[in-house]
Amino acid sequence: MPATESIHTQRDPWLVVEALCCARDDRILFEALGFTLTPGGIVQLEGANGSGKTTLLRAICGLAPIEDGRVSWRGTPREEVLDEFLAALTYLGHIPGVKRDLTPRENLAASRALTTMEPALPPDTAFYRVGLGGLGDTPLRRLSAGQIRRAALARLLVVPTPLWLLDEPLTALDTDGKRMLERLIADHAAAGGMTVISTHHALDLAATPVQRIRLGN
Amino acid sequence: MGLGRAFRAMLGRDIRLAVRQRGELAQPLVFFAAVATLFPLALGPEPELLERIAPGIIWVAALLSALLPMDRMFRPDYEDGTLEQMLLSPHPASVLALAKVVAHWLVTGVPVILLAPLVALFLQLPMQALPALLATLALGTPLLSLIGAIGVALTVGLRSGGPLLALLLLPLYVPVLIFAAGAVDRAAAGLPIAGPIYLLAAMLVLALTLAPMAIAASLRISLS
Repeated sequence: MPATESIHTQRDPWLVVEALCCARDDRILFEALGFTLTPGGIVQLEGANGSGKTTLLRAICGLAPIEDGRVSWRGTPREEVLDEFLAALTYLGHIPGVKRDLTPRENLAASRALTTMEPALPPDTAFYRVGLGGLGDTPLRRLSAGQIRRAALARLLVVPTPLWLLDEPLTALDTDGKRMLERLIADHAAAGGMTVISTHHALDLAATPVQRIRLGN
Repeated sequence: MGLGRAFRAMLGRDIRLAVRQRGELAQPLVFFAAVATLFPLALGPEPELLERIAPGIIWVAALLSALLPMDRMFRPDYEDGTLEQMLLSPHPASVLALAKVVAHWLVTGVPVILLAPLVALFLQLPMQALPALLATLALGTPLLSLIGAIGVALTVGLRSGGPLLALLLLPLYVPVLIFAAGAVDRAAAGLPIAGPIYLLAAMLVLALTLAPMAIAASLRISLS
């Protein structure tokens, strides 16, 4: 994992969000919002429904328009290093972003082809770790909502990007699935990766410190 | 992974999905065959009349059967979130979108071209016009897919984009229809067809070059 090797050598903030303002349907969701992420950092977004958690995550990765403020990646505005920035992030929306007519293996191959990185793990190891051992070749149509979510999470393991943007990733996951995801995030942080996660649940990430950002009000 | 592999993976994924949803694959084909067979039943079987109107009927049927599944090009991906993933790829979205258009044309346009000789036979199209029909379909149907993809990309964020899409696309399809049906007409009358064929080819080259960028930009607008 070349990306994580270089993470260890640098302690400067990698992701800097400054004075961000986003609106939706002429209503300002949040303004003057800022935070920084250094390698190993975790940001948890909290807030009521409709407070702009999804919009913030989409604004960071560039899907939602920004009214004001800026997002910088390794000291340069995101727009100037867009290819490098996109190559370094994995965004998992609250819709999982997988095809129901494909198997977990085919879905993984399709999302791997969209990246420029070499796979970090063989697919079967990733399926085993997300709790889909033996289901790699079953079409998602025949899996449960929680299993579909796990199939989407397998991408985090196979494509080793340093920045994870996770929008309500605990949706449909059972207690065991929640623990599995907490372990993934803690391991990612221990290896120098960064995570921005929106969730209502309290995360149990052992000793890893979590920055909490509350949206709304 | 390289851009070439990303293109092939996207193309392969979409074709595989289309094969798994065979019902939708057959829909434009059934529509094309139905329109073309209903005309002789409604107008009567006089060969002179059919011969006269066959080029127009075949091309209108091909155009409408291309429009019918057009919305499926991006809407399923929009709904399951894979379109977002495509735009967040470090690879250029225009190239990935082109892969989707090519896949869509291979599963909806090519079957219509393959069925066309049979339909031409139904409609008493003179044999000498058959090469012209196949040439115009081979140049024209990818053109319809490329232009259609821009419209779909613009309307994919709307809840009921269907009627708007037809309204948006039909005027843009008119030049293709005029030159293509005109070329087949001329071939049936034994006239040279190089002019309209070259023009269709030029339009296809232009669309292949510019449409992917327009599609990518439209998708970004629709998703923001």
